[in-house]
Amino acid sequence: MAADKVDPIHQFHIIKLVPINIGGYDLSFTNSALFMVATVVVAAAFLFLTTSSRSLVPGRLQSISEMAYEFVGNMLRDAAGTQGMKFFPFVFSLFMFVLVANLLGLFPYFFTVTSHIIVTFGLAALVIGTVVVYGFMKHGLGFLKLFVPHGVPVFLLPLVVLIEVISFVSRPVSLSVRLFANMLAGHITLKVFSGFVVSLSALGAVGVAGSVLPLAMAVALTALELLVAFLQAYVFAVLTCMYLNDALHPGH
Amino acid sequence: MFVTSAFAQESAPSADTSHAAIGADTHSGTGVPAEAHGAFPPFDPATFPSQLLWLAITFGLFYLFLKRVVVPRVGGIIDVRNDRISQDLDQAAKLKGEADAAVAAYEQELAEAKKNASSIGQQAADAAKAEAETARKKIEAALDEKLGEAEARISSIKANAMKEVGSIAEDTASAIVEALVGGKASKAEIAAAVKSVAR
Repeated sequence: MAADKVDPIHQFHIIKLVPINIGGYDLSFTNSALFMVATVVVAAAFLFLTTSSRSLVPGRLQSISEMAYEFVGNMLRDAAGTQGMKFFPFVFSLFMFVLVANLLGLFPYFFTVTSHIIVTFGLAALVIGTVVVYGFMKHGLGFLKLFVPHGVPVFLLPLVVLIEVISFVSRPVSLSVRLFANMLAGHITLKVFSGFVVSLSALGAVGVAGSVLPLAMAVALTALELLVAFLQAYVFAVLTCMYLNDALHPGH
Repeated sequence: MFVTSAFAQESAPSADTSHAAIGADTHSGTGVPAEAHGAFPPFDPATFPSQLLWLAITFGLFYLFLKRVVVPRVGGIIDVRNDRISQDLDQAAKLKGEADAAVAAYEQELAEAKKNASSIGQQAADAAKAEAETARKKIEAALDEKLGEAEARISSIKANAMKEVGSIAEDTASAIVEALVGGKASKAEIAAAVKSVAR
């Protein structure tokens, strides 16, 4: 039991809730899937219900939905221009999904969907896949101009192109690892400090007094994690906008 | 026993080999079926297919819902509001224009009225002045006439009085002459004497 309390990795375990096995693949409905569903339901219900009155003068909750909408809209318009607005539903759903998943993960005993690299990588791959597919559809081979910046001396060109290709290929990795690592590290830290509180208070009166410090730390870290949850959703959405801008305007 | 469990605790996050035992212990403790994977959970490839599938299902549905329902709705709300605001602004600008026109018309009328008022006042003053002038002239004429009459009467009275003064003087002179001389001076002589004295 002691190991259970202080094991900071335990919160990331995948637990099968409904085992499903198709064609040799384990496609079980797990706690991760449950919280993906929860994320989607919470985000969709919030956006749907708060805007259901369609008030001309918005209430607080409707304001939040509209702020999120205009926040992402401005972000996309700034990064990719008005042409980029065709991707608005995509970027908006990415932002809301990551944000709500991060925020739900902050509740004790809740699973953090975005703390699993495969989830963040899936989202990042979706972004890069959209960029590549749309870029080639729109510009054909002209999309490859993305890797050839203007005004580079010819003798440097191979090196620059190589660097550009590497930077493009590393995008899905950096995009997914950034979100995953932030969530993972934040939750491990929270768990470790909370574990200190529990372990110290088990040592009697002195321990209880001493546990005030890690408790304060855990409170402060929770606030920090709230910030990180917003910030990482924002960063994910901003980078998505910038990558989509490459798909729309590959010639720099 | 205590030492080994503490060691296991400490090494649990990093050491993969000892983790299997810890994981099994944890799961049996919490009543969860053992996963029997030694790997750090986020890097456990066995969970990838299921997570990817459910991510695709949930995110796909979420995307469709947002694209079909939420984005048109929120966009519509914001558009309606912007339309309404610009409409209200137009209305306000129109009303302001009307108010400005009304103010201009009012001021013009006021200026006209002022001009009229001053001309009316001038006319009234002129008329009053003219009336006063005629009235003054009339009175002056009447006064002049009365003065003339009075002067004429005074001069006639004076003439009469002077005439009578001559006769009184003649009578007095004849009486004095009679008393002094004892004779009667002729009337003509006395009158001549009086006249020469009076002159």
